[in-house]
Amino acid sequence: MKNEAVKILQKKKKTILEQWSTNQLASDGLRDDLISNEDQLAQSDELLTVFLNALTDDNIEDPASYDFEKVIDILSGISISRAKQGFSSRETGVYIFSLKDALLTVLQQEIQDPTMLYSQSLKINKLLDNLTVITFETFIKGREEVILRQTDEISEISTPVIRVWDGVLALPIIGTLDSSRTQIVMENLLQEIVETGSSIAILDISGVPAVDSLVAQHLIKTVSATRLMGAECIISGIRPEIAQTVVHLGIDLSQIITKSTLSSALKTAFQMMQLQVVKKQREKVSFSKI
Amino acid sequence: MTIVKEQDVVPFRNRVKEYAVKMGMSLVNQTKLITAASELVRNLLKYGKGGNVKIEVINQGRDNGIRLTFVDQGPGIENIELAMKDGYSTGKSMGLGLPGTKRLVSEFNIQSSVGKGTTVTIIKWKNG
Ligand SMILES: Nc1ncnc2c1ncn2[C@@H]1O[C@H](COP(=O)(O)OP(=O)(O)O)[C@@H](O)[C@H]1O
Ligand SMILES: [Mg+2]
Repeated sequence: MKNEAVKILQKKKKTILEQWSTNQLASDGLRDDLISNEDQLAQSDELLTVFLNALTDDNIEDPASYDFEKVIDILSGISISRAKQGFSSRETGVYIFSLKDALLTVLQQEIQDPTMLYSQSLKINKLLDNLTVITFETFIKGREEVILRQTDEISEISTPVIRVWDGVLALPIIGTLDSSRTQIVMENLLQEIVETGSSIAILDISGVPAVDSLVAQHLIKTVSATRLMGAECIISGIRPEIAQTVVHLGIDLSQIITKSTLSSALKTAFQMMQLQVVKKQREKVSFSKI
Repeated sequence: MTIVKEQDVVPFRNRVKEYAVKMGMSLVNQTKLITAASELVRNLLKYGKGGNVKIEVINQGRDNGIRLTFVDQGPGIENIELAMKDGYSTGKSMGLGLPGTKRLVSEFNIQSSVGKGTTVTIIKWKNG
């Protein structure tokens, strides 16, 4: 009788499941707003069944054993879906910790000999610790997937093309202009130029924290592409500290029309289109009507 | 900090900015330092295949400043004099990173040996 725990735990599955549920109900990790109690119970039942079936006299001492592959699969699935549903890491941790508590409680009830109880508890502890580590690893992986997806979404939505006037487009750029961002900006811009038949595009970089030589190169490329389409491109939103830095870096922007603000860029655009904005003169108008 | 991918650039630059703001560096000097840091970290990624960066606050007399060290174990630079020339690039880019950075900071030091890697150290004094 080497590892009594295996037999005991397999026999006491129902007690363990009850104990586990009680533990979860008692903890603050229960999120009945995110998952129903029935679903949670079914999930727990499946995980426990697979775990107890996989457990043998030998692998109880070998957390890395291939026998636990299926347990790990299920656990990873639970963990990833929790990460995506918005469970906190604590709540996810409590889920697996309360299983460990339940297993140890049952061992304590069933094993009389203190030495045996100690050695068996130690093994279960180690085994469950390993599963906990895996839970956290996959939880973080789930979160990273969420972050990656959001990053993609942000770069999609953060490069809008705005029609500020007939024939004038404005693109406020916010954040770093890396290679993939530039690609998106350029595609959106050229597309809009074709669709709207615009002749002037204003690239506003007030929201770009720093202009290094890579960003400058991207800006110059975008301007060239716009010109190839037969439109002119104005860069606005160049703050004084950015202007100084660009000059010291040695970047030559003299071939590009640059303005400090979006409004002065719009003014230039009007001039180029030979448009004039004039204040309405009320008196004169009423005068001429008489 | 370890730098291995393009996504590491922005967090690093933000760290540099935090230090500069905390020190009370002027906006112009902050921007110059961040831009210089950006150039060097991009070189470290593009040519050095990633590496390590260190941010330190240093004092000299009454002035204090920030020292940044960029270390990579990449191919190294054969001819540093040439690499420091405006417009020289082996990477189809503007060739302004190294010479431009030197103009943006107070002190600039580059060491490189072929096959071993490159180390660039820059200092920007708060009032420099
Ligand atoms: N960390 C580095 N490791 C190896 N070569 C480098 C490194 N940094 C710069 N270089 C070399 O120096 C050249 C000039 O660099 P730089 O002035 O930043 O211009 P660019 O990055 O546009 O090429 C690069 O093209 C490259 O050949
Ligand atoms: Mg460079």
